[in-house]
Amino acid sequence: MKETPLSNCERRFLLRAIEEKKRLDGRQTYDYRNIRISFGTDYGCCIVELGKTRVLGQVSCELVSPKLNRATEGILFFNLELSQMAAPAFEPGRQSDLLVKLNRLLERCLRNSKCIDTESLCVVAGEKVWQIRVDLHLLNHDGNIIDAASIAAIVALCHFRRPDVSVQGDEVTLYTPEERDPVPLSIHHMPICVSFAFFQQGTYLLVDPNEREECVMDGLLVIAMNKHREICTIQSSGGIMLLKDQVLRCSKIAGVKVAEITELILKALENDQKVRKEGGKFGFAESIANQRITAFKMEKAPIDTSDVEEKAEEIIAEAEPPSEVVSTPVLWTPGTAQIGEGVENSWGDLEDSEKEDDEGGGDEAIILDSIKMDTGVEVSDIGSQDAPIILSDSEEEEMIILEPDKNPKKIRTQTTSAKQEKAPSKKPVKRRKKKRAAN
Amino acid sequence: MAGLELLSDQGYRVDGRRAGELRKIQARMGVFAQADGSAYIEQGNTKALAVVYGPHEIRGSRARALPDRALVNCQYSSATFSTGERKRRRHGDRKSCEMGLQLRQTFEAAILTQLHPRSQIDIYVQVLQADGGTYAACVNAATLAVLDAGIPMRDFVCACSAGFVDGTALADLSHVEEAAGGPQLALALLPASGQIALLEMDARLHEDHLERVLEAAAQAARDVHTLLDRVVRQHVREASILLGD
Repeated sequence: MKETPLSNCERRFLLRAIEEKKRLDGRQTYDYRNIRISFGTDYGCCIVELGKTRVLGQVSCELVSPKLNRATEGILFFNLELSQMAAPAFEPGRQSDLLVKLNRLLERCLRNSKCIDTESLCVVAGEKVWQIRVDLHLLNHDGNIIDAASIAAIVALCHFRRPDVSVQGDEVTLYTPEERDPVPLSIHHMPICVSFAFFQQGTYLLVDPNEREECVMDGLLVIAMNKHREICTIQSSGGIMLLKDQVLRCSKIAGVKVAEITELILKALENDQKVRKEGGKFGFAESIANQRITAFKMEKAPIDTSDVEEKAEEIIAEAEPPSEVVSTPVLWTPGTAQIGEGVENSWGDLEDSEKEDDEGGGDEAIILDSIKMDTGVEVSDIGSQDAPIILSDSEEEEMIILEPDKNPKKIRTQTTSAKQEKAPSKKPVKRRKKKRAAN
Repeated sequence: MAGLELLSDQGYRVDGRRAGELRKIQARMGVFAQADGSAYIEQGNTKALAVVYGPHEIRGSRARALPDRALVNCQYSSATFSTGERKRRRHGDRKSCEMGLQLRQTFEAAILTQLHPRSQIDIYVQVLQADGGTYAACVNAATLAVLDAGIPMRDFVCACSAGFVDGTALADLSHVEEAAGGPQLALALLPASGQIALLEMDARLHEDHLERVLEAAAQAARDVHTLLDRVVRQHVREASILLGD
């Protein structure tokens, strides 16, 4: 399905909001969305939620023969897939540019930075090495796929356990998980990508853009760092022109963010480790709270309400007291009454110029009436005690037209409450569609 | 490779250059008569050829036409004999695709696409010999080819690679230095304004050193600009002599 283009007013709104340093979800310019990491029952499986963007990561391993020019090193293979459930625009044939970009970025970030010790994956030099395969699937696209994917990849790799292997002379024994505990991979450092979106030719910058912000951005700068403040990858994309000091500033911000995220990851890994050791329940089923169909929840946007009272007081002090409300019902005829007068129809001028002669008996979709009568209860009035009170659930409401009184006032009907009489509607309200109400 | 010193004590690199020195650059414009614009560049042993067709009508689906700008289409291809070992690459493989995307991003920013709405500009780059700094050579060749085709650009786009060894930033890496596994930065710059059109970095580099490496790459790109400028002027002078001006 082709992507729906963003409307101009939405684009303008987003850009103006960004100029005023406001974001749609209430974040500050350098804030990340909430990151939630949950693990599956198998080692090496995890789901990372960055706001609403969800990525599933799964690591698997296999014994293969090594590459010819790297006989003593294991093989790492990364694959990110944009699943069709992530966004309507992702279709098998249409994704290639984005897919290539994301995959190459992930490969460079994780493989070229040597976060995993590939020499330790060698079993028999030149003959058998471990091939570690990381599969990432994007489950929901709400912006900033690359950050979520990099977190998912590194978490899955840290969580993964490979089967133990021992080599005696020429014999290689592969132990099953029952025989010997599987062994974790040796990971030197954890590179994490941080995305910066640029707007208005590089004047404004946001961290962790969501999907709407990505639609209006000029370009993206991705910096991958680890917690030791080593930059693993920098990639600018989208045709923005950067200046050197912008890049340096971004790298400093990235350093701070990566430290926070790394802490979160370590804590999540530790928690999972603890739960497994204590024999508690773990896995995706446990991480979804009970009585919830999906795990999405709306995060409360923090709003600053500290000055609401002062503002409210000011407004109240300066406002005029409300006018007296006269509540004497006016009896028009037995069985109907009217409380309140209603407000002068402010559509008067408009309707005079648009008055039409078409009476059209047929399709009276009298919207006004349907609004008033949607309660489906016909109640007769307070005025007369003798008339029986008819309560019916019928959807078809009759429109009882009473002869208008001496001065028919133009009334604008207000409410849908059941108690309110239908009397106001009997007035020949000046609406085009109501013309037919002239008996 | 054991014992290979990328930077000796006296400050000389493997091929005898100093830390901030570029390799010898030679370039020619207008090498193909058939294409609208073409150029050939040699940066040390890295040889790249760029050909530009355009601006012309959109080929293929009309739906891709942009109503206010030209579409820039870049394709990168590396010859099988370009590396030390003969490597047969599939046409659409990830690395070539990525290079094509990066070239497109670079040139979309630099070419004044608003002047040619609903048309397409094709840039084809072929690497004949890869000895490090392939992205930079491709960008430099493509700049010259676009200028040869007469397509208006904001400024030259000059690119250079840079690395970091032993506390010193090196400019214009050769294959040996790239294969050693240290950090590598590729930078495409518009020299007059100093704006960076593309920035790409691989392998670990501590944040504190980033500024120095960026500065080394930017300075190298500016040096490339002086050379390319000279090449363009020379070419125009020759062409005008031939026209009898």
